[in-house]
Amino acid sequence: MGDEAVALGAVHAGLTAAYAYPGTPATETFEFLLGYSKRHGHPVASWCANEKTAYEQALGVSMVGRRSLVVMKHVGLNVAADPFINSAIVSVHGGLVLAVADDPGMHSSQNEQDSRFYADFARIVCFEPADQQEAYEMTRQAFEVSERYEIPVMLRLVTRLAHSRSIVYAYQEEAEKPLDKARDPASWTLLPSHARGLWRRLLEVQPELVALAEESPHNRLTLSDHDRGLGIITTGIARGYFLENLPELDSSPSHLHIGVYPIPVAKVRALAEQCDRILVLEEGYPLVERQLRGLLPTPLLVQGKESGDVPLAGELTPDAVRQALGLPCRPISVPAVEDLPPRPPQLCPGCPHRDSYNALNEALGDYELSIVNADIGCYTLGAAPPFQAIESCVCMGAAIGMAKGAADAGLHPVVAVIGDSTFLHSGVTPLMDAVAADCDMTLMILDNEAIGMTGAQHTVLSSSRLEPLVLGLGVDPDHCHVVEARPANVQKLADVLRHELEHHGLSVVIPVRECIEHVKRRRKEAKA
Amino acid sequence: MKYDVVLAGVGGQGVLSVGLVLATCARADGFEVKMSEVHGMAQRGGSVNATLRISDAPIHGCLIPQGTADLVLATEPLEALRYASELAPTGTLITSTEPHRNIPDYPPIEDLLRRILALPRAITVEARRLASQAGSTKAVNLVMAGAASSLVPIRPSTFETQIRRVFGTKGDRIVEINLAAFELGREAAQCVAA
Repeated sequence: MGDEAVALGAVHAGLTAAYAYPGTPATETFEFLLGYSKRHGHPVASWCANEKTAYEQALGVSMVGRRSLVVMKHVGLNVAADPFINSAIVSVHGGLVLAVADDPGMHSSQNEQDSRFYADFARIVCFEPADQQEAYEMTRQAFEVSERYEIPVMLRLVTRLAHSRSIVYAYQEEAEKPLDKARDPASWTLLPSHARGLWRRLLEVQPELVALAEESPHNRLTLSDHDRGLGIITTGIARGYFLENLPELDSSPSHLHIGVYPIPVAKVRALAEQCDRILVLEEGYPLVERQLRGLLPTPLLVQGKESGDVPLAGELTPDAVRQALGLPCRPISVPAVEDLPPRPPQLCPGCPHRDSYNALNEALGDYELSIVNADIGCYTLGAAPPFQAIESCVCMGAAIGMAKGAADAGLHPVVAVIGDSTFLHSGVTPLMDAVAADCDMTLMILDNEAIGMTGAQHTVLSSSRLEPLVLGLGVDPDHCHVVEARPANVQKLADVLRHELEHHGLSVVIPVRECIEHVKRRRKEAKA
Repeated sequence: MKYDVVLAGVGGQGVLSVGLVLATCARADGFEVKMSEVHGMAQRGGSVNATLRISDAPIHGCLIPQGTADLVLATEPLEALRYASELAPTGTLITSTEPHRNIPDYPPIEDLLRRILALPRAITVEARRLASQAGSTKAVNLVMAGAASSLVPIRPSTFETQIRRVFGTKGDRIVEINLAAFELGREAAQCVAA
């Protein structure tokens, strides 16, 4: 799998430590590292509370001269954006690589944001592998580049690479770097007086980064002698879709493939000189196309997502690329069957969230108007029939803040629903706000003792430590209840909720029962 | 030579395991292999599909262009029909006949099977029953792999070697059950195809 190729590449680069928070499609990189670490006793591999804490731990490893990897999904980088952007300014010491997996098509995400924009924003190097072999090789190169230019380096994957399998050929492993603490604390202390100098240094190194991209074999320009009309730019996995359709084109157009950013300007110009129009094929948002197009008219026609030649939303496919290349549609032998009922994902049979939602729906049945703000996890599936129990899902931890806002605005009753791992990830801080205001809302922490959606990983804090944490934040013990979530308990849970909805202040109800997938995983691990 | 397979089923049924059996064997026979998978939210009891591409030349991407699949291999009849349009004009559909009813509006099974059998090349297999006959309903994936085995460009002996290798650590009984399941799937598909 592409994810595993990154993990193996990092291990072979002499990795000391890796940090992550689970998130599709990035999870398997870390699952591989955990397994490897268990078998070999190294590297350090820790699931973290969230992507920000993960990134900061990796920075610590870098500061003492060793190599570290941070793994997250695209939206995780929003959470880690603060350390990420600032880490571009410090003088990275031990190689620091951020492997981030985007999810175009939103297979398992709330948006399809493109992480390459973050790399561009931070002014660092970004590698975008086109296949599993490149994922392995680029990971190794990324560490070297990180140390050479003293910057973090991004490795950008997309779902179709992260979750597809192929053969990867590995080569000679490197040894772990010795402990070697950064000599100059000023280059790690972003006081304005230091940061100004460090920022200037990052700006000065930019031409070198462009030169790196110009010379990289991953950015390959092939000029065609006979076709001077069309030029193609591909990035990442779009190359595969182009090559898939290439045999059917009348002639081979000039082609620039970009696998390393910043954009290799000279190569783009050399391509543009050969062509009347350029078609840009990239997975994600139109990053390259936008830069080519600019704001002012040019004689060169630039086609891509912005021009409408390739769909702006959703995943790139061989068929979408085929159409953009002007090839005729393939004849359809079996027409798509339209009248089949959809089969959306749903909560597992026997899932504890089912009992929690049955109780919540019953307790709220007495009110004409109410609001339930929920969060990200398996329990988001409670939005669909038969439960239709929740009314919002925006980002990790948003349930609690949004509920407080709704209560502040005057609505009653207000319920926030969040899973135990999402609570630990981003729910503790908004709960502090709610405690400080003794907000008139009821928080349900659905404690299934696992990170269910991504494959039932263990949470950073065990279930038994959840209640003390909540009480420690200052929640009134009289309005904090732990109730077992099982079918026979639905009535009891509904009664507790009813009572707390009527309490005009902050209440916390924690329905608890282990995720059934987690039970399976635990048994499997115990056997192994 | 290239051979493209669309795998379809319901999340949790083991669609990926069927693909992995075929991918492992194709690799053992020296082919290039690419397989795409679905993880995360999409896995939770919903409709899932994966792709497996086998070729003697380098494979560019893991996705299969629409209407070009050589085989649609489904572990569930409703999902088989959902992905039937992926088939190339010469493609074959193989599906298990046993429905997985986890939605309220599941269509009548006779209706689904009639529409499946009206396709130019369709093979139906009672995968669960055959797995149970082989000794374990858990071996249903091997029945499906067996059903596909005479169509995919993999040597029959490779399957046996790989099944022995993969399940070897779990004991002789498990190996025998899986070999039997594979064989029953293979026979069932050949029977229908003949």
